[in-house]
Amino acid sequence: MAVTTRQKAGWGAANTVAILIVAIPVLWLVSLSFKTPGAITDPSFWPAHWTWGNYSGILTSSTFVRPLLNSIGIGLIATLIAVVFASMAAYAIARLAFPGKRLLVAGALLISLFPQISLVTPLYNIERSLSLFNTWAGLIIPYIAFGLPMAVYILAAFFQQIPWQLEKAAKVDGATPWQAFTKVIAPLASPGMVTSAILVFMFCWNEFLFAISLTSTISARTAPAALAFFSGSSQFTTPTGPIAAAAVVITIPIIIFVSVFQRRIVSGLTSGAVKG
Amino acid sequence: MSTSTKTVAVAAPGVAPARHRRKKPRLSAGARAERRLGFLLCAPAVIVMIGVAAYPICYAVYLSLQKYNLAFPNAVKFVGLDNYGAVLSSAYWWQALKVTVIITIFSVALELVLGMALAELMFRTLLGRGIIRTVALIPYGIVTVAAAYGWLYAWTPNEGYLSALFNNSAPLTSTVPSLAIIILAEVWKTTPFMALLLLSGLAQVPGDLEKAAKMDGATVWQRFTRITLPLMKPAILVALLFRGADAFRIFDNIYILTDGGNNTYSVSILGYDNLFSALNLGIGSAISVLIFLCVAIMAAVFIWGFGAKAPGADLVK
Repeated sequence: MAVTTRQKAGWGAANTVAILIVAIPVLWLVSLSFKTPGAITDPSFWPAHWTWGNYSGILTSSTFVRPLLNSIGIGLIATLIAVVFASMAAYAIARLAFPGKRLLVAGALLISLFPQISLVTPLYNIERSLSLFNTWAGLIIPYIAFGLPMAVYILAAFFQQIPWQLEKAAKVDGATPWQAFTKVIAPLASPGMVTSAILVFMFCWNEFLFAISLTSTISARTAPAALAFFSGSSQFTTPTGPIAAAAVVITIPIIIFVSVFQRRIVSGLTSGAVKG
Repeated sequence: MSTSTKTVAVAAPGVAPARHRRKKPRLSAGARAERRLGFLLCAPAVIVMIGVAAYPICYAVYLSLQKYNLAFPNAVKFVGLDNYGAVLSSAYWWQALKVTVIITIFSVALELVLGMALAELMFRTLLGRGIIRTVALIPYGIVTVAAAYGWLYAWTPNEGYLSALFNNSAPLTSTVPSLAIIILAEVWKTTPFMALLLLSGLAQVPGDLEKAAKMDGATVWQRFTRITLPLMKPAILVALLFRGADAFRIFDNIYILTDGGNNTYSVSILGYDNLFSALNLGIGSAISVLIFLCVAIMAAVFIWGFGAKAPGADLVK
């Protein structure tokens, strides 16, 4: 069926509306981040004078750089461990017969619905007694737990679709078990692992409640939490510009992720959710 | 024992192994090894999930039965259900619950409608499907706190473009407009997630059915309500479950936009304040347990509604 000009115009208009709804709030943050401190009280959408001052300010201040590094480190470590643990569990769920499988899947579902605030009070007390409070590990451990269910779901759905006969075929052709795994199975499994890693990292990057509750200084505080504790350079300046600049900085990786991995994120978020 | 062996021996060859495994009390060496490997592979994940979720929630139940204020760490004593009585008879709890339920219902309902529209757009658009999907993922991925600051400044009088657009109004200084803006921020951020879950359901609707209905003269609206919606029911239930539970624990947006001022605090904000402002572990834990029960009841109702189609059921087979 040929696409008529009218249809094109209709879809084009709908697309434009959707793109504007997404873009305007993001561009507003970008615009704020380039406004001079004096121009913050000017409600016009774009700055009259553009300045890099807010960026150079936050990127030379340890109150933002340290939390940014914490975010990257904590996010990467939690993601790595969560994906390794989830791959092991997902392989077992997809391929092995053992009792308690149903319980494991139900438990993972329950945790993905869990209200984090219910854990803040007990974890706060537990972490203080184990000296995990205000450390990287103190955030990494809960992030693994909350990243796991999503990763297990994505990977189990993914592993079920891998044609495992290929492994046998490779062995028949003379491959060792290790070769069959690294040359045949691992390349087939890696897209699922990448997808779940992206989604777990995005969860860690975004997380706020644990980040403000289980930390007390910038030694473990992540970037979103640091944003909420920003103060102006003096008591009388509002930190609007620096906060906007910091918000833009932590949004850039997300925009890169979604542009590069759009297909994988979409398939990951929708896999395992519904099949019937 | 002997009869079961006989049955196995008589049974059809194709059926025998499965029955054999289920009926025979002793597993073969291979099945036992498989079982052990299954347990070993799941162990790390299970240990982390128990350590971070199951154990703390039990500990929260224990703490909730104590009088425990961090300002007086030596005055800890068992008080039974007193903390629950204190919470449930407090106007703060019911206000927080009311706000949370209002935000949950309005944001999830709006997201369902807008998410359906976005899903249709992502599914059917003839132009730039990749671009639309990428753009839609930005609100999903953006850090909630970062987006919330954008909304906060946009609605600050004399600073924000949205406030200027509405006669320099200050909506974040009174209850109802504040709730509306909190819901706006939630809807902007999470509609794409809803749309993606719905998209997976939309992709399952057979195109032939729609074509057949079109041939029979069904209008676009009839095709949507009579064919697409009923077939998408499982996807819609999953989306409602995940977003409902997620909206109920709303924290980030409120913390940045109003910090719970003007009676806009949710149950999560209330629990947080009881721990970090009032330093009251006993009351804070009672609130934690009550929130957990609310979500558990909500999830149980949904799962009961799903029946065999609960999320993940197909992973277990």
